[in-house]
Amino acid sequence: MNVSDMIFLVVACVVVGSAAGVVLSRSLIYSGFSLLFTFFGVAILYVLLGADFLAATQVLIYVGGILVLLLFGVMLTHRLYNLNLKTETFQLLPGMLISFAVFVSLALVATQTRWHLAENKVVAPTTNQIGTAFMTDYLLPFEIASILLLVALIGAAMLVRRRTDA
Amino acid sequence: MITLQHYLLVSAALFSLGILGVLTRKNAVNVLMGIELILNSANLNLVAFSRYSSKGIDGQMFAIFVIVVAAAEVAVALAIVLTMYRLLKTVNLDQADVLKR
Repeated sequence: MNVSDMIFLVVACVVVGSAAGVVLSRSLIYSGFSLLFTFFGVAILYVLLGADFLAATQVLIYVGGILVLLLFGVMLTHRLYNLNLKTETFQLLPGMLISFAVFVSLALVATQTRWHLAENKVVAPTTNQIGTAFMTDYLLPFEIASILLLVALIGAAMLVRRRTDA
Repeated sequence: MITLQHYLLVSAALFSLGILGVLTRKNAVNVLMGIELILNSANLNLVAFSRYSSKGIDGQMFAIFVIVVAAAEVAVALAIVLTMYRLLKTVNLDQADVLKR
């Protein structure tokens, strides 16, 4: 067992454990900070998979953007003097049964299928390839994604605007 | 030796934990966190297949688009949650039953 395998095992345990913390923790703030560890762990898994650009994107957008936005959501939907940021669960037993069934079926598919794997694939830095692909094969999805982001931001701003004229 | 299957198992665990969060949490922001877990597990699958298959980097391109859509989704979803809090004074999903009454 070499070093990268041990790193994978440790990071996989951190990812799954903190994801369980997100789902099972009683406090919303603890859930948010567990999510931080999950996102960082997934970024490290991307590095182990040779996806350097995607790991940086993961840290920038998920940790820097989405997680901060979610914590804003937690703060803005609770009164600040009400420090009791508890969250409740319902239908815990059926939910656990369903998610366990999903996990078992996915794990069976993952282990029983005979995947067509590449022999000795060379892992190279991907930023150059990704930039080229964005400007050639993926030009139309790239433009559509930028329009989607613009529309989503305008829609979000319109949704939370206070209607004074109504 | 770490193979594709190990990554798929981690991703399956993330996915089922996300499903558990979506199904059982009452708080709408917490449900959003579960959805983020699900999207991350899908991304992990895409990148793992991109690494171990003989194709190029198409899996990573898909993962980037998934991240873009996740950013748009969480912005709109939080706007909806804030509007719901302003209208109903709660973000608990079991109390948002105006249409049922």
